[in-house]
Amino acid sequence: MRSATAVIKQKFTPPPSCDLKGRPFVNKPSLRKKLAEYKRHPFSLVMLALVILSALITAAIVLWIVIHVIIQGAPNLKASLFELEYDSENLSLMPAFFNTLIIAGMALIIAVPIGVAAAVFLTEYTSSTNKFVAVVRMAAETLAGIPSIVYGIFGMILFVEMLFKGFSLIAGILTMAIMILPLVMRTTEEALRAVPDTFREGSFALGAGKLRTIFRVVLPSAMPGIIAGVILAFGRVVGETAALIYTSGTVKAVPDSLLGSGETLAIHMYTLSSEGLHVNEAWATAIVLILLVLVINGAAEFVSNKFRKKY
Amino acid sequence: MINNDLKQIGYTRGDKVFPKFRVKDLDLFYGNFQALKSVDMDMEANEITALIGPSGCGKSTFLKTLNRMNDIVPGCRVSGSVLLDGTDVYGGMDVNLLRKRVGMVFQKPNPFPSSVYDNIAYGPKTHGVRKKSELDDIVESSLRQAAIWDELKDRLKKSALGLSGGQQQRLCIARALAVRPDVLLMDEPTSALDPISTGKIEELAQELKKEYTIVIVTHNMQQAARISDKTGFFLLGELIEFGATDEVFDSPRDKRTEDYITGRFG
Amino acid sequence: MKIVFAAMAAVFILCIVVICAFIFARSVPAIGEIGLFEFLFSTEWTPNNTPASYGIGTMIVGTCFVTAGALVIGVPIGLLMAAFMARYCPAPLYKVMKPMTNILAGIPSIVYGYFGMMVVAPIIRDNFGGTGYSILTASIVLGIMILPTVISVSESALRALPGTYYEGALALGATHERAVFMTEFPAARSGILTSVVLGLGRVVGETMAVVMIVGNSTALPDSLLDGVRTMTSHIVLELGYATDLHRGALIATAAVLFVFILFINLLIAAIRGKGRAK
Repeated sequence: MRSATAVIKQKFTPPPSCDLKGRPFVNKPSLRKKLAEYKRHPFSLVMLALVILSALITAAIVLWIVIHVIIQGAPNLKASLFELEYDSENLSLMPAFFNTLIIAGMALIIAVPIGVAAAVFLTEYTSSTNKFVAVVRMAAETLAGIPSIVYGIFGMILFVEMLFKGFSLIAGILTMAIMILPLVMRTTEEALRAVPDTFREGSFALGAGKLRTIFRVVLPSAMPGIIAGVILAFGRVVGETAALIYTSGTVKAVPDSLLGSGETLAIHMYTLSSEGLHVNEAWATAIVLILLVLVINGAAEFVSNKFRKKY
Repeated sequence: MINNDLKQIGYTRGDKVFPKFRVKDLDLFYGNFQALKSVDMDMEANEITALIGPSGCGKSTFLKTLNRMNDIVPGCRVSGSVLLDGTDVYGGMDVNLLRKRVGMVFQKPNPFPSSVYDNIAYGPKTHGVRKKSELDDIVESSLRQAAIWDELKDRLKKSALGLSGGQQQRLCIARALAVRPDVLLMDEPTSALDPISTGKIEELAQELKKEYTIVIVTHNMQQAARISDKTGFFLLGELIEFGATDEVFDSPRDKRTEDYITGRFG
Repeated sequence: MKIVFAAMAAVFILCIVVICAFIFARSVPAIGEIGLFEFLFSTEWTPNNTPASYGIGTMIVGTCFVTAGALVIGVPIGLLMAAFMARYCPAPLYKVMKPMTNILAGIPSIVYGYFGMMVVAPIIRDNFGGTGYSILTASIVLGIMILPTVISVSESALRALPGTYYEGALALGATHERAVFMTEFPAARSGILTSVVLGLGRVVGETMAVVMIVGNSTALPDSLLDGVRTMTSHIVLELGYATDLHRGALIATAAVLFVFILFINLLIAAIRGKGRAK
């Protein structure tokens, strides 16, 4: 009998307004009381108002931009924009789209092994007091802060003028590879640090060597985090303009080889908009660009959330 | 003088005499879990009331209902009444003024990451004291009351985080005293400290009870026996036994209290 | 194998060294020819005159104006928004607001520039006069662009605080606002300052959005409604056709920008170091 009531009592969920004895809960003040309290504290009232105001402003700005781009661009998303070849009639963005994929993909192929290896070195092989590590870190942080136009100038001097004699995809690829290096390294490092030490110890305890532990245990466990970083780096290249104008150039076609010039989607939008004649197509390109970046970032977030749940 | 008399005998309202705190039939839920069950307790002015019991028994939760710090816990719901000098703290009282009257010292010393001076001045500034000279006075008197003035008077501008654990905790007591409270709640104030610092804090509590009402949660039964006037024993959210400390420790009425005190569980 | 990993880490140092080497190798002779003082402080930029004059003083001033304007607009909103996200926003609303700020972070700068050119500039023109391509327009758009950086870095700085500061403040009778703004903000100052400096770096280095909306006049501005040229827009505008010393002067402008950014990075490192020392 006694246990039965205990069970009933345990299963009984007090309704939000009163307890088991039917008395009201008293510790959550009503809105009115809260307002009265705020009246007594003018500083708090002002800060509260400012906080809410800034949240509204931020939300309004996001909606404003997104809705405006959609309204202006969506009616102009014509099939002709997606024809394989560009001409001055269809203003197709497909060549630029393919160039974007080529540049981003190749830049990742170059940057990911270097960035991941560097991150492995920093997390698995060294202590944080190491001088060399400090210099590497500082270099990475500086690289991450360099404005894209400076990358563009550097790429122009080294790759365009000295190495490949002219705007080319390869010049853009190499410039982008350097630009995304710090991003790849940082995200990989974070992913590696999130792998619990017990994994490493477990592997060592089974007699595995350092290298085997890294490749068989640490890197696979950190893979989702690394992939998320790679996707983010991809998004960075897709959105990049200033570093590519003077490296890969503005030719509206997919070149025959990596030595040919070809523009990316973001540059395509720039040239469309700066000519001033193709306002509608520029808005349509903006939609494609935003969608692309958002899908990429969403994918990165999805992957890294999965990663977080694992531990 | 009259004020002092009132403090001795409690607060009168009409023809009723109230203790400092009167808790009546207090229930508290965290979501569906009932953490306090029908707790009744009177805490007298100028006494130290100790709350003991095993971990998770609700003693800290109970302490935090007295200054409504539980309000910030999501899903926490309270019913019943807590009277401070005869006024229900869950009634129309401004919760910020309640917390000014009922100060609190936490389990882990939690000075703000600013200077010693700014830590003490924070409370008075919050409640509208702006004048530098007045703040200076408050800082000095609060630190003196907390018996730490001599140690800290030369490093008022230094970061409070550089102090030892025991000094930090006494700084936090001084910080609580700086807003001139009536009551001081202490939530296991010595559990993170070494024995010497613990001794200093206990001494301080004895000294402070002359002016303040003190409610202290402690894990340490010797501590409760040493410093408190009344002791309440909590178990699974219920107040099992409450009375004068000597009686609770020497001749507990409840078997469970006896078991706990003699160390059979806990 | 360790040596291979180390070599890959060394690539980072190599990159920095090579970038510095190439940019400064091209800038130093140009600056030498123009004269450092003349280059930095002269407000005459007339590459087509004879004798030509290469002073980027106006561009430095332009960058400073636009940066200050963007910070004035972006930082207060960003910090208040960070407080909202970390300490006010109920969980269901957070699920909406967080993606919203992520969208803001994800929009490419070229789209911001186009939006500024097509939407913000006309609004400024219609309401305040001028061409609409002005310091004010650029400040607004760049202020929006730094919002996500300021918000997310400050928000995580607030979230990283132990709850004890907040509790301690509340227990002294502080209101929620007082606890957040007078206790937690000072406690999180190094992270919050970092967010501001990161935003600063983003504004100084931003190129494509600025070039489309800032007016690009090489004269010193008289009001917020005048156009200016920032160092970045200056480079993009003229690099396409510049030759010889003109080109060298543009590369030297990039070098100046680079030094700016190095300085900002040092600042961030100093703030972090100080934060850690606490």
